[in-house]
Amino acid sequence: MFDRRLLTHFDGVLLLTVCLLAGVGIANLYSATSGWAFIATPVYLKQSIWLLGGVGMALLICCFDYRHLEHFAIHGYLVTIGLLLIVLLLGKTSMGATRWIHLGFFNLQPSEVIKIAMILLLARIFGRTAQPLGYSLFELWQAALLLILPVVLILKQPDLGTAMMLLFIAASMLLFAGLRPSTLFGLSALGISCAVGGWFFLHDYQKARIRTFLNPEQDPLGSGYHIIQSKIAVGSGGFSGKGFLDGTQSQLSFLPERHTDFAFSVFAEEWGFIGCVLLLLLYLFLIIWGIYIARRAADRFGMFLAIGVTSMIFWHIVVNLGMVIGLLPVVGVPLPLFSYGGTSMVTTMIGVGLLMSVSMRRFKF
Amino acid sequence: MGLDSRWVEHPRVQRRFLLFSFAAALIFLMLALRLWYLQVISYDRYNERSISNRTRVLPLAASRGPIYDRDGALLVDNRPSFRISVMRQDVTDQQELLQNLSELLPADLSELEARWAEGKRFPVYRPVPLAFDVSRETMERIQEHSVELPGVLTEVRPVRDYLGKGSAAHLVGYLGEITENELSQVDFHGYLPGDYVGKIALEKEYESYLTGHRGQRLVEVDVKGKLLRQLQVEPDRPGNKLFLTLSQPLQQAADQAFGDQSGAAVALDVHTGEVLAMVSRPTFDPGLFARGIASDEWVGLLRDSRHPLQNKVLSGLYSPASTFKMIVALAAMRDKMSTARRVVDCNGRFELGEATFRCWKKNGHGRTGLKKALRESCDVWFYQVGLDLGIEKLAIAAKEFGLGAPVGFPLPGEKVGVVPSREWKKRQFNTPWYGGETVIASIGQGFVLTTPIQLAVMTATLANGGQVYKPQIVRRIEDWQGNILLNPEPELLRHIEYPAQAWAEIKTGLVAAVNEPHGTGWASHLSEVRVAGKTGTSQVIRRKSDEEEELETGDEEVPYRFRPHALFVAYAPAENPQIAVAVVVEHGEHGGSAAGPISKAILEAFFREKKEEAALEQEGNDV
Repeated sequence: MFDRRLLTHFDGVLLLTVCLLAGVGIANLYSATSGWAFIATPVYLKQSIWLLGGVGMALLICCFDYRHLEHFAIHGYLVTIGLLLIVLLLGKTSMGATRWIHLGFFNLQPSEVIKIAMILLLARIFGRTAQPLGYSLFELWQAALLLILPVVLILKQPDLGTAMMLLFIAASMLLFAGLRPSTLFGLSALGISCAVGGWFFLHDYQKARIRTFLNPEQDPLGSGYHIIQSKIAVGSGGFSGKGFLDGTQSQLSFLPERHTDFAFSVFAEEWGFIGCVLLLLLYLFLIIWGIYIARRAADRFGMFLAIGVTSMIFWHIVVNLGMVIGLLPVVGVPLPLFSYGGTSMVTTMIGVGLLMSVSMRRFKF
Repeated sequence: MGLDSRWVEHPRVQRRFLLFSFAAALIFLMLALRLWYLQVISYDRYNERSISNRTRVLPLAASRGPIYDRDGALLVDNRPSFRISVMRQDVTDQQELLQNLSELLPADLSELEARWAEGKRFPVYRPVPLAFDVSRETMERIQEHSVELPGVLTEVRPVRDYLGKGSAAHLVGYLGEITENELSQVDFHGYLPGDYVGKIALEKEYESYLTGHRGQRLVEVDVKGKLLRQLQVEPDRPGNKLFLTLSQPLQQAADQAFGDQSGAAVALDVHTGEVLAMVSRPTFDPGLFARGIASDEWVGLLRDSRHPLQNKVLSGLYSPASTFKMIVALAAMRDKMSTARRVVDCNGRFELGEATFRCWKKNGHGRTGLKKALRESCDVWFYQVGLDLGIEKLAIAAKEFGLGAPVGFPLPGEKVGVVPSREWKKRQFNTPWYGGETVIASIGQGFVLTTPIQLAVMTATLANGGQVYKPQIVRRIEDWQGNILLNPEPELLRHIEYPAQAWAEIKTGLVAAVNEPHGTGWASHLSEVRVAGKTGTSQVIRRKSDEEEELETGDEEVPYRFRPHALFVAYAPAENPQIAVAVVVEHGEHGGSAAGPISKAILEAFFREKKEEAALEQEGNDV
């Protein structure tokens, strides 16, 4: 029986915010690629199609009761792990890394799917048992094992950015579930030592990126090129920006990958500090709204699901912006709803659909 | 659910929602502060840089290392070639541009479109090559029309120039455009699409030495992308110089002596194993690959029944025929002197059970000892001695001399060959060994198969008295400033022990074969230097029966592909050997008449060079 409350509880605020952000993103892509006569279908048009598809997908997902997903969390996880293994064994290699499964009509990137699968699985684990005093280290070994497996598989590809994202998402959900102070301390110590030890396992190009981040001027024609060009574009935008379509750096194509990972620097150059702050506020609103959905969720599973999706979007924003404005090394993480790319759009919109599904079913009887 | 709501309502959990929101806001505030720093505080600095930042990075192609012969004569050089490419981001109307270009270039529209599509995998700021190695006139025409062709660049790039055309082509190899597969390999880190890399032989094996380091140019451009001035240059570094052990005069002499015939020839320095000449015929022009070979030319080369792409020195398999007889004689002398001292009465045929084996000389050689057997290549003597010796001892001796195994030539593609033994036959055919097979093997026919390089190593080892050297082809590698990077030492693989008398008797026989009136190698004797050598005539099909023989009217009637291969191995000077040669002329019929003259031409060139060197030195001393 269809519940009328589903309609009255429909989360229009969320959908509107998302569409607003994506709309700004598409306008920005229009500007970023306006000089590109050599592409048959303009980038902004393709992105619009992805957005439409994404909204459709989100609406479809929100009609589906997220509580059923709890049962499928393990299946979804196992299937995705299988896909990751397939990628490692026979995936398509692009720019030295193997991340894709070629499906004929489009390329499936299982390292994106695993983000959602992992959120569902962790929501199920944390949703089952409440720990009033917080989790201890022993109670977490199961979750830890399930997390480490995909992280290792993704690092093998190698895709440092996605592996980091996965760890950030899991850490956020864990923090929210609550930890005993001693556990929190232990895990932090472990994390730091892993980060230090991990340096020795990085690929040369990944080390080069981190060294370049620390001192981009040492190789201005090589790996420092991205960061320097991006900072020049952002900085020259000034307080009020150069105006839509008038960004010299991005228009003159000194900025590589300006339609994907570095889309924000085009925006920053053309709209200036004012525009950036407004955009940041819009993103912040999205995040806080996500946390608000979690707070009002009908059950623990829904709450953790909302926290997981929100943290996924949050960390993508922070890592991408940090990279574009020279606070973090270049790791190749797209800005949700803003960077061009079907995969990122689909993942984000699946997340939005899940958020809406949780939000619509917040009544508790 | 009750428990759920109680957990959620707990003040600590309620605080957590607030805490998370607050943390998110704080991190966003940090991002905003950083933006404030970049866009407001540092605005002047970045604005200034953005105004002057009308720069672009263009790659500078580096020239590939040249290849020289042992005395510094240039074998492979580079010449400038003009490449037309396009900066896609400066193009407003792709269709119109390609249409215009197709009228100026010797390429049609579909070809240009294919190139353009291929370039889509490059980063946008990298030029996409559209046409390679165009003429100077074409390039000038493009430059005249540069206003109507926005984004089109003409680049000068060095390409390979193979001065000897087909000479030593199999040794040098050729270049080809890098494949997508190669690009993803670690060995090709730093290469770009459109680069040319070595595809076979030396060009491939020494790629890391020959390739240059590309430079970069930081240039200033105007708003339309037109080049204004050069700001900074990171110069390219040319590739290293490769000096081969080859001697160009010997190589040319061998090439000329071959003429239209197919086959292979190789000359070694007997004291170092250095390759002085290496010829495989027919050959091909590696320059065809440098400018991009047309597919019909390529198919023509592949389908040619005379295999122009195969390096026959390394991968041509031939029965050594009579050139194998020295090994039989040596093995006999090491075994029992009585075996070697045997005198056989050759009446032209040799009976073993039901089978009859014939000597090449129908009426026989009469009473024959070791020296006469080598000089006149009497088959019957070797049938008898080989049979006395047995296949196992024969096989051991042959293997010691490097037959039936790769000699370790520093290029891939060497064939193994066959030195048969009981165990080998058991493994291959699972059948026992027959005495008749020993008889046939004793004259280097039957199962025995060798490559020309193996025969050359064998001959060099006979010449120097038992030192087996690994053949070498690279003499020295220098960087462009003349620093020596690689300077290989001669590599002695093993030393074979035989009594001094045994070496001497073989030499006497081989000298007689070339220099005495009845010798089979008379065609290759030199007037000033004593040559030691041995002919060989390698059957392509089984020897015909006597009946067929009777019907035969003359060699002219035998179709080309059934004619036997002609072989000749030699070293000189006999008393103090310096050079060893092995020649195979495919379907050349008689070792003495077809292969001998080629060996002679190589040896003549060698001693002419020596003489000129000595004369020059003399002159130097006189002054």
